[in-house]
Amino acid sequence: MEVSNIIFYLLGALILACGVLAVTSRQIFRSAIYLLFCMMSVAGLYFWMQYEFIAAVQIVVYVGGIVVLIIFSIFLTHRVGKDLAEPEFKRTLFAGLASLFAFLLFWWVIKRNEFFGEQPSGELSVRRIGEEMLNYKQGGFVLPFEVVSILLLAAMVGCIVIAMRAQTEKN
Amino acid sequence: MEVGLTQILFLSTALFFIGMYGFLTRRNLITMLMAVELMLNAVNINFIAFNKYLWGGKLDGVFFTIFIIAIAAAEAAVAIAIVINIYRNFGSIDAEDADSLKL
Repeated sequence: MEVSNIIFYLLGALILACGVLAVTSRQIFRSAIYLLFCMMSVAGLYFWMQYEFIAAVQIVVYVGGIVVLIIFSIFLTHRVGKDLAEPEFKRTLFAGLASLFAFLLFWWVIKRNEFFGEQPSGELSVRRIGEEMLNYKQGGFVLPFEVVSILLLAAMVGCIVIAMRAQTEKN
Repeated sequence: MEVGLTQILFLSTALFFIGMYGFLTRRNLITMLMAVELMLNAVNINFIAFNKYLWGGKLDGVFFTIFIIAIAAAEAAVAIAIVINIYRNFGSIDAEDADSLKL
């Protein structure tokens, strides 16, 4: 067994274990930390696939941004050391069964179909990503790039408007 | 066993349904958001794996992943603004407590 395969299985086990713990842990802060490790392992998987730029984006945006934001909001809305309520047994059972059977169905479909032309492409240079992102010819990505930048601006303004305390009622 | 596309798809499918299980069982808004982030990550792994193994030389999957990450960041920020507003109005962030639109 090659070393790269062993690394893949280790990363996969880490991703799945941390994912399961993140959705089942009764303490919300621990759940956020497990989510952090899960995101880090996914970044490791991107490194394993030699897509270093995506791995860096994953670490910067998910680990450095979203998880930190989630931890901040946990501190704003929870008392430290208070456990979450146990979910109803019926809900756990049916959600577990639904997820399990959906997973088995998908896995059966994946197993049945051969993927042909498995020729892993080589490394991905950041220079190419930049050139494609600002390419306005056929197959370029400049339009979604601009749309996403407007979306980010709208989300920023929207966050401030939603989270701002209404001052008029007080005065 | 040689690692190919099938193994990576197994991983991302399992991660997606772990996220779905969390979304269905949790009743706390922040943990539901965390489950949604897990599902988005599973989708990203899929796009990257297909781009690497079946679409070599092109960058469509990579760009989908970059845009999904950007939209996930915007979504998380808006969701947390809404969660903080709900906490201010209802005193809890349980999804069952915010029911003032119900009849």
